[in-house]
Amino acid sequence: MTEPLLRPRRKDPLRKTREPLLPQGLRSRTAHGLTAAAAEGRFMLQVCTDCGFTLYPPRDACPSCLSDRVPFHDVAPGGMVLAETTIRTSTDPYFRERTPWRIGTVTLDCGPSFVAHLHGDAAEGSRVVMTLRLDKSGNAVAIAMPDKPTSHQEDDVQLRELTCDPKFRRVLITDGRNATGQAMARAMAAAQASIIFVGIADPWKPFPGETDLRAIPCVEIVPLDITDTRSVADVAGEIAHRVDILVNTSEHHRAGGIMNRHGLTIAREEMDIRYFGLLRLAQHFGPTMRARGADGVNAAAAFVNLLSVHALMNWPEFGAFSAAEAACLSASQALRAELRGGGVKVLNMFAGPLDTEWFQSVPPPKLSPAALAKATVDALRMGIEDSYVGDIAQDIRARLDVQPKALERELGG
Amino acid sequence: MKRRGYEGVAVCAPISVPYRRYSVDSAHWWIGRALHALTQRTGLKPADIDGLSVSSFTLAPDTAVGLTQHLGLSPRWLDHVPMGGASGGVALRRAARAVQAGDADFVACVAADTNHVDSFRKTLSSFSRFAQDAVYPYGSGGPNASFALITRHYMNRTGATREDFGRICVAQRANAQRYDGALMQKSLTLDAYMRARAIADPIHLFDCVMPCAGAEAFLVCREEDAQAMKLPFVRVLSTIERHNAYQDDPIQYRGGWAQDRDNFWSMAGIAPDDVDFLQTYDDYPVIVMMQIEDLGFCAKGEAPVFVRDHSLTTDGDFPHNTSGGQLSVGQAGAAGGYLGMVEAIRQLTDEAGATTVPNARVGLVSGFGMINYDRGLASSAILLARS
Repeated sequence: MTEPLLRPRRKDPLRKTREPLLPQGLRSRTAHGLTAAAAEGRFMLQVCTDCGFTLYPPRDACPSCLSDRVPFHDVAPGGMVLAETTIRTSTDPYFRERTPWRIGTVTLDCGPSFVAHLHGDAAEGSRVVMTLRLDKSGNAVAIAMPDKPTSHQEDDVQLRELTCDPKFRRVLITDGRNATGQAMARAMAAAQASIIFVGIADPWKPFPGETDLRAIPCVEIVPLDITDTRSVADVAGEIAHRVDILVNTSEHHRAGGIMNRHGLTIAREEMDIRYFGLLRLAQHFGPTMRARGADGVNAAAAFVNLLSVHALMNWPEFGAFSAAEAACLSASQALRAELRGGGVKVLNMFAGPLDTEWFQSVPPPKLSPAALAKATVDALRMGIEDSYVGDIAQDIRARLDVQPKALERELGG
Repeated sequence: MKRRGYEGVAVCAPISVPYRRYSVDSAHWWIGRALHALTQRTGLKPADIDGLSVSSFTLAPDTAVGLTQHLGLSPRWLDHVPMGGASGGVALRRAARAVQAGDADFVACVAADTNHVDSFRKTLSSFSRFAQDAVYPYGSGGPNASFALITRHYMNRTGATREDFGRICVAQRANAQRYDGALMQKSLTLDAYMRARAIADPIHLFDCVMPCAGAEAFLVCREEDAQAMKLPFVRVLSTIERHNAYQDDPIQYRGGWAQDRDNFWSMAGIAPDDVDFLQTYDDYPVIVMMQIEDLGFCAKGEAPVFVRDHSLTTDGDFPHNTSGGQLSVGQAGAAGGYLGMVEAIRQLTDEAGATTVPNARVGLVSGFGMINYDRGLASSAILLARS
């Protein structure tokens, strides 16, 4: 069992904020196959197409038959800890301030020996489940987890370096007027977030669900309008140093393509709320979050974008909307690179149409805001950076893998 | 096909440039000092050196070719042996064949590395592609962590205890007290060994070598040339080399010596009992035990008993790492792969001074190197005999 995490006490303002250090981020190009798997929370290794040999560390030829056809595949993650050690002295500044640190040699059922981080409940001689995660440098590492869940296992100090668990963290939800923002607040409360700031533009204007939202424990309403740079700057000035996880729940779902809309009014609104809104949040909250990437139990951990899966491939029925989402996706990749220096992750949640009034005429399956919120918490707990939520998003993801051109035609109806 | 022997080959002129913990000088400087000492010792002029074999981790951005211009040498045979702890044995067996074949007359074999204040960390983080992808991101414990896993597994499997490893370290420290070149000469008791701080369990402080700067060298030539120069020399009885042996073992429990030892002993025509001293590659004591087993001095898994039953000092019944090994002399990068070889040449040419093993006629020098991912890949061994 893991020692449960203690709620962090109020920070002493006189103490120096620990600067974020990163473990070494250098990887071979082939090794980024592991990064791709970790980004989605999968366990993949190279498997030789010609002889079936499963190999690790990543290579450019099969060590069994010398074939160069060695793509990454999902493989069975089970294994056994053959030997373990506790590192007490490290040459690397990042690990030096985190010792003692346990690693072990894990023999995987699928073949290779894997030197990996060990969860505190994964002891020598025990069965484990290997998982790939993104470390603070944004690159894949493996941590062996106990094969059956143990109590408070999410609180393990080595695991928590690799995840963005909301437990005891302070969350900013940028828009609480919509169903998604309210569902997100409930999900964060259930995940034991310590403070949930919820942005409301013009809070004096009543909105549906307001009473329930205010009743959620730990919710603090902040007057935030992400279309107003001054408003974003003011709120950031007040609370940016207390935001560990930022979830941008602002939405603007409007049907209509490119040619059949008259004028640019709606397109401008889409870009202002979604794309420029993201930029305003990044500019005013990003630098502080990046500086707080190693600030104790409630260090800054994640910047979360809720994106339409049609950011990946335009859905002409919502054509201009899809284009704005694509702009947000592109910006998120830049933000990811910029926040990496602080070890802060950018999590993109890709969703299909939501079960809200703005997708009234769209046939099911549709995604409930509560399901999106729950998936977001799950993704933060796993520490992944790309999540495809619901049937539509997973369908689009799979079809993109197979034949993107077919997907383009099919979405065009 | 039956292997050809090393008849007519002489190994001579053992050179050790005194080690330093840190050095502001470059690898080029250390190699230059070693070759200068070699010319002083042999009377050869730089122009006479027509073969050169170099081992170094810190020569970048230069290679052995660039080094020839840096040092003003013009060899007709040039070798670069980037094999860490196996470098000495590998360099020697190649040089011996070059001399035997007439491709070179005088091959200077040299291994050297400098040690700047931050060079060890930099070497570790970019040591190999697998180290970069699959080792360094996991706690960055360096070889201490990798060998901790190997040691732990070896202890689980054989029942070896920390005291068993301690016996090796304590005996080597006693030997080092007789070798002026050792950086660590303070006496070490088994009690002090046991009480040392943990580095990566079960590895503790005195299981680890200290990175330092230094250089080692020797000369390979024909016997008649050595005699003409009045240089005492040793003969080569047999050699082996192996890389990436037993790759299906889930964790390293044996090295390439086990695969090649029958050939090794039959080529020399002698048996382990005929060996008067053993120089192993002692980056960690567990690897010493593996060499004792895999070279045939005892059965697999019985080295812990073997070290309990034998005395490993220069005056003991199983003299081992007679100058103190890297554990006491220091690990000067690739020069660590030459340390045992140069000391063995001294032993068999009556130049070992206070570390002399009385009446030694045959010595075994074993090498081990390059922990690329989870295990050392390169192994070598050489049997040397008094001429």
